[in-house]
Amino acid sequence: MLFHAILFYTFAAILVGAALGVIFSRNPVHGVMFLVLAFFQSAMLWLLAEAEFLAIVLVLVYVGAVMVLFLFVVMMLDINIERAGDGYTRYWQLGIGIAGLMVFELIQIVLMRGRGADSGNGFAATPEGYSNTEALGAVLYTEHVYAFEIAAVILLLAIIAAITLTMRKRPGLKQQDISAQVAVRAADRIRVVKMDSERPDAGSES
Amino acid sequence: MIGLSHYLTLSALLFALSIAGIFINRRNLILLLMCIELMLLAVNFNFIAFSRYLGDETGQVFVFFILTVAAAEAAIGLAILVVLFRNRRSINVQEMDRMKG
Repeated sequence: MLFHAILFYTFAAILVGAALGVIFSRNPVHGVMFLVLAFFQSAMLWLLAEAEFLAIVLVLVYVGAVMVLFLFVVMMLDINIERAGDGYTRYWQLGIGIAGLMVFELIQIVLMRGRGADSGNGFAATPEGYSNTEALGAVLYTEHVYAFEIAAVILLLAIIAAITLTMRKRPGLKQQDISAQVAVRAADRIRVVKMDSERPDAGSES
Repeated sequence: MIGLSHYLTLSALLFALSIAGIFINRRNLILLLMCIELMLLAVNFNFIAFSRYLGDETGQVFVFFILTVAAAEAAIGLAILVVLFRNRRSINVQEMDRMKG
């Protein structure tokens, strides 16, 4: 149990440090790297809380896909770091004050509400042979199957929205327009001219 | 013993840090998006801690859906960012005053 606590505090400290790094890093690439570190530490903490499936999903989907997308965009945009790093807003003291107040209040609530209950103690032990992935799948595909399908539609929507937003037609680009090619009729392309037949040597004979 | 209150405290810290990040940032829009990701992470911490505390998997199903929506949000947000940069050559937060009334 002591080992468990040491692990928790280590991961939590690195997580908070990484979050500070995200906020205060001048270079956006460093910021994204700190965010990756934060997600890794969160995955470790979720593993400690025995949410194995979500921890793996966080590493695979979030770090593997979303953070790489962030990195692509950050590197593609060619941001001027020298100009990007000039100071903070006028209200940064206010912002830090509000954040400090929020964390104070939230911790007060957690401590006050948790005084009577056993929330300060450890989590109850899971039964023998419990599989987090199996339990999650059993709930996800039965009770929440409609929400699951809506989530799929949301992902499709994200694909379509991202493509339509970023796709642009360059003017003067030569490319095939297949629907126009298929829809073309013979009358559009050739003109049939009716005329009387005439001999090519008609003029020389007379 | 590490229990519910530890996770909730950590989540509160993380959430407050990301709020502060949104407040003090005047540099670029990417940082705002990253702070929103951190906020969602803090919310997910709460869900996971309570799910474990109550022994109910529904909280983890919620985390699953939050991850889905967050991925969609990141994709669309970055697409908007790319379009914005293409039009304005800048993603500085201060220079976004085109829609000022």
